[in-house]
Amino acid sequence: MGAASITSISAVLLILGVVLILVLSINNVVLDTKVKFDEIEVFLEDDLESTVLDNIEDKVKGQTGVISIMFRSKDQALALMKEEWGDEAYLLEGLDTNPLPDSYVVKVNDIEFAENLVNTIKTLDGVEEVKYYKDIIDKLLIFAGYIRFGGIVIIGILVFISVFIISNTIKITVSSRRREINIMKYVGATNGYIRGPFIIEGILFGIIGAALSIGLVYFGYDYFYSSMNEKLYNLFTFYLVSPESIFSDIAIMFGTIGAGIGALGSLVSLKRFLNV
Amino acid sequence: MIKFVNICKEYKAGVTALYNINTEIDKGEFVFLVGSSGAGKSTLIKLLLKEEGITSGKMFLNNKDITWVPNRRIPYIRRQIGVVFQDFRLLPNKTIYENVAFAMEIVGAHPKEIRRRVPMILSMVDLSRKAGSYPDQLSGGEQQRVSIARAIVNNPPVLIADEPTGNLDPDTAGEIMRVLQDINNRGTTILMATHAKDIVNSMKKRVIALEGGRLVRDEEKGGYSVEIPNI
Ligand SMILES: Nc1ncnc2c1ncn2[C@@H]1O[C@H](COP(=O)(O)OP(=O)(O)O)[C@@H](O)[C@H]1O
Ligand SMILES: [Mg+2]
Repeated sequence: MGAASITSISAVLLILGVVLILVLSINNVVLDTKVKFDEIEVFLEDDLESTVLDNIEDKVKGQTGVISIMFRSKDQALALMKEEWGDEAYLLEGLDTNPLPDSYVVKVNDIEFAENLVNTIKTLDGVEEVKYYKDIIDKLLIFAGYIRFGGIVIIGILVFISVFIISNTIKITVSSRRREINIMKYVGATNGYIRGPFIIEGILFGIIGAALSIGLVYFGYDYFYSSMNEKLYNLFTFYLVSPESIFSDIAIMFGTIGAGIGALGSLVSLKRFLNV
Repeated sequence: MIKFVNICKEYKAGVTALYNINTEIDKGEFVFLVGSSGAGKSTLIKLLLKEEGITSGKMFLNNKDITWVPNRRIPYIRRQIGVVFQDFRLLPNKTIYENVAFAMEIVGAHPKEIRRRVPMILSMVDLSRKAGSYPDQLSGGEQQRVSIARAIVNNPPVLIADEPTGNLDPDTAGEIMRVLQDINNRGTTILMATHAKDIVNSMKKRVIALEGGRLVRDEEKGGYSVEIPNI
């Protein structure tokens, strides 16, 4: 009886763990990408007076969310480009003049909310064009949103199913103690008094189930992580969340959900028997 | 103590178990509720225990209107009514002592009070020697006395017994009646549903008779049936 409850809670939490790691890894990718793309490039008109440059610098610094602003001359920009192009850099050798403009590189707090900032910068004197990776960020955020939503839906369904399973297994315990419950009711026991032991039992099942699944998820993922993390990085240039970093979150979350499912399952299964 | 005013009980559409019951039982009375099987005795008791809802009419306990009480209040009504059934309803895996103590634990009695009171009640029903036994080691009469002990251990003002002697031979039944009389002598109001003619006739108590869900007779010091044969 207990074994069935514990197993089903474990199974649910196990699937939950997989979903969770997926969601967290996607989150990781999003965060990573956001950090990589936390720059706004402000391209400047040619041959600006230093007063105009100072003005731009001051105005940008005064905006909320701006971490730093750095001037990048056209020569520095070209050097950087050569570096990035690597083996193909020889293609740049044929240029007579440097076609790149001077620019400012503005680092921001959160690229997600940079739109206002960009619009403000665009209106400044001497600014030719402002570029940032809004499209990529937007797409990524939408994608991450879907994953999160899907994860929540799956988790919701799983929790519902497991409450159902638990309530049915606990129902067997309850019905074997039906006589006792009936007598308690006649003597004037409150529903709370009667529920108590069953809820504690449910919570206990939930916590044992959670402990099992925490172990399985942790060691299973640790194995997967140590064998796959490098390969995934080489293929897709992103890292998985590390097992250590999610262990305490998973432990707390599984413990809470397991105990909650157990308690809820008990409550559901008792409902019918308390109406004496 | 207990008052029924125009009580009707219909189980499902068409199944009416009680019609217009009007009666009042005073504090300290000992009342027999008689009638053949299906007359509505148990139904009346179930209404009092709030096990079944009332279809129409009003019901009072201790001058309080208990016609309708919210579910969470029902346990507190039941604590004022001790109840004994034909089938004893003891917990088989608890000792006699534990079966009685259990009733006090449920209402949150102090452990010290439980240790003081349970032996006292067990001695009152003459079961002190059996405190450590389990229900299946006791005779039917003894088991019923345990269930009576459990019903009165919290000192309720009212004790209800639904056919308490139904499973017992006449001698044992007499024993149970002596215990109930004893309890009544200490001031507890008793309402006992029965169709044991001999007991009712010998005890000369107030008799309320039900027939097909109607109250047909209410007689002080009455017998099981009136002398005139039924038509
Ligand atoms: N739960 C129930 N549902 C429907 N009818 C019931 C129920 N309980 C009792 N009855 C009916 O009510 C009538 C009175 O029953 P009951 O009060 O048990 O009689 P008694 O205790 O006098 O033998 C009977 O006709 C019986 O069939
Ligand atoms: Mg009956």
